[in-house]
Amino acid sequence: MKTIALAGNPNSGKTTLFNAITGARQKVGNYPGITVERKEGSVNLDDTQVRVVDLPGCYSLSAYSQEELVARKVLVDERPDIAVGIVDATKLERHLYLTVQFLELGVPTVLALNMMDEANKKGLRIDHKRLASLLNCPVVETVARSSRGTRELMQAALEHDKKRAGTWEPLQISYGADLDTALDAMVELIESDNFLANRYPARWVALKYLENDAEIISQGRKIGGIAPDLEDIVAITRKHCQATLDTVPEAVIADYRYGFINSILRQGVLLHEPTQSDRIDISAKLDAVLTNRLFGPVIMFAVLYGMFQITFTFGEIPMGWFEAMFGWLSTTTAALIPEGLVQSLVVSGIIDGVGGVMGFVPLIAIMFLLISFLEDSGYMARVAYMLDRVLRMFGLHGCSAMPFIVSGGIMGGCAVPGVMATRTLRSPKEKLATLITAPFMPCGAKLPVFLLLIAAFFSENEAQIMFGITLFAWTMALLVSKLLRSTIIKGDPTPFVMELPPYRLPTVKGILIHTWERVWSYIRKAGTVILAVSILLWAAMTFPTLPESVTEKFEVNRQVVAASAQNKEEQKGMIESIDNLEAQTALRHSVAGRIGTYLEPVSQWAGFDWRTNIALVGGFAAKEVIVSSLGTAYSLGEVDPEASTSLSSRIAADPSWNQATALALIIFVLLYAPCFVTVVAMAKESSWSWAIFSTTFNTVLGFTLAVITYRIGAWLLV
Amino acid sequence: MEKLLRAMEVNEKARISAITARGEMGRRLSDMGLIPGTVVQVVGRAPLKDPVALKLRDFILTLRNNEADCIMVGKLEEENG
Repeated sequence: MKTIALAGNPNSGKTTLFNAITGARQKVGNYPGITVERKEGSVNLDDTQVRVVDLPGCYSLSAYSQEELVARKVLVDERPDIAVGIVDATKLERHLYLTVQFLELGVPTVLALNMMDEANKKGLRIDHKRLASLLNCPVVETVARSSRGTRELMQAALEHDKKRAGTWEPLQISYGADLDTALDAMVELIESDNFLANRYPARWVALKYLENDAEIISQGRKIGGIAPDLEDIVAITRKHCQATLDTVPEAVIADYRYGFINSILRQGVLLHEPTQSDRIDISAKLDAVLTNRLFGPVIMFAVLYGMFQITFTFGEIPMGWFEAMFGWLSTTTAALIPEGLVQSLVVSGIIDGVGGVMGFVPLIAIMFLLISFLEDSGYMARVAYMLDRVLRMFGLHGCSAMPFIVSGGIMGGCAVPGVMATRTLRSPKEKLATLITAPFMPCGAKLPVFLLLIAAFFSENEAQIMFGITLFAWTMALLVSKLLRSTIIKGDPTPFVMELPPYRLPTVKGILIHTWERVWSYIRKAGTVILAVSILLWAAMTFPTLPESVTEKFEVNRQVVAASAQNKEEQKGMIESIDNLEAQTALRHSVAGRIGTYLEPVSQWAGFDWRTNIALVGGFAAKEVIVSSLGTAYSLGEVDPEASTSLSSRIAADPSWNQATALALIIFVLLYAPCFVTVVAMAKESSWSWAIFSTTFNTVLGFTLAVITYRIGAWLLV
Repeated sequence: MEKLLRAMEVNEKARISAITARGEMGRRLSDMGLIPGTVVQVVGRAPLKDPVALKLRDFILTLRNNEADCIMVGKLEEENG
């Protein structure tokens, strides 16, 4: 059993190569740093079992980002037999910077010159034999997209492992007279003391001390010993660099490292023959239009809007199938199980609950298919680039735009894929702020509530009110982000030092793998947490059931009607209204109903009575439930959320409702706790404590604003 | 003539003369290849003039203006060829 670690810059084709070698399902992206988690696969090569570890993409082995720390930790602590350094052959100088650091660390390294097809097209001639002899490591040419050279690469890796037999041979680069003197002095101290020797080579530790590497220095301090002496040498060197060169040692080190790479490339390794087609030029030409001051934003909004339209137009078709399928399942099950609690549990609790959640699957699949395309093609990085200036003012990042739009930034999205889209944000603080505020957007399930209330109270200004709601949602999302980023998730903005990758046509395989992974993780969730919660909510709206004395009274009433002399039509109508009244009474009697009644004294501040409260509690299961629970609470029986005219006239006529109540409810529904599917998605993207925080915080905020609106409204209406 | 990178025009090329960023930011910039002596070309600015897109070492990097403010550039001496 051999272990090979794949390492390389973001956009070096590392993930594609990993897929080509192992055939494993893994995410491929063109967005810098898309690989976050540790991925492993295995492959059998000439009777040797090989474990392949895909390290997170990183630019260097310093302790700047989580990715770099992880990559370093795996190399040092797990000691893979071979590290494969993957470089984009068209950006050799930039990408070798990381590979050289593997060589300095000493881990047995094989270099993969990837994207050789593009390099050839650009007229780049690379003498890989000379490069191999100058770097003293095997070099293999590959084209990961078409699996070219992957077998040779693996064979070279295993052969190199046989030759090196696990020995680490650190490469020594000269860092100029000043630093070399300091390094030598430090190496002598480190070697005599065996300082950190079980983990790192001596010169590498010295180098990291000079680079002011926080992780290594704190490890050293824990050991004590010669650590203060090393820090003294560093301090003296630092002072000297500042005085003589007006710079810091880490800059000198980077300078010499690039110098080392350039000296190799100039020794006949890299030749450039001018050609007609130049990929960077194609990208530059595309960028001249796509990020143009005028056309850029216009095209961007068109793309985002189009994406949104496609998702919800095409998503509706398979969503209908899912609905029909679960509807059929409900009816069939209802016919099979005798009427009673078990039937109610299976039909209303399990099938309806899980069905409602699975109904999102087509939306998520299409949304991620499109997002993957935008990511892999390189356009997503441009969206972040264009919107960064605006979003930064609110403590967000350019990449926050996508989750907002997906969540319903243009009316009728869905916060579940929206929250899941925050994983393109590489900066934890900005991601958290986006995560918490994205559910403010008017998602598709909130729309029926708004339409109902607008029809009842503002029927003359429907379009304006709907537009106003969207605008209000954006304002709140941005202001609350600003508030959060200046209080509990305070911190400097994450630097926007980001690569704009060249435009590439994504591979179908890559996009499909990418989409499937996200959809599958969502489906898995629906089977566990979501099933449990939907059963819980069903129980809350069912138990305790009405005492027999009460149900008997309804039964007696029904028999009286049935026995009366009226015609069939009238009888049917009267029995239906008795059924509805019974449902209303049962709902009020249940735990949810009691909660609603119990909350009434408080919710009255915003003008909500117990019936609204039940609907809002139900809305935590899914916002679609709000309208249907209001229907039950107003004893209208089953109300179809799409056709709620009778409910709207009932509410309009109810003396406890007026325009102020309606507006307060609109604001509350817009802002309060996201539905539990979203909460689960949030917990997955951050942590349960943040998901719970967001649920509480959003509810309190929504309620406060609803109270203010209701009070001002009531005062104006008087 | 030395000036801030922020002052560069689109399509202008210059050579980095000094980087005043220290600590994390400084190391990030140098890891990405922004070190004194590097030739950079401004290839574009976002619609609101910020961030800026730079071409260096055959790839394109974006920086916010306030991050670009710790980079000084000098005029590029005419190179033959």
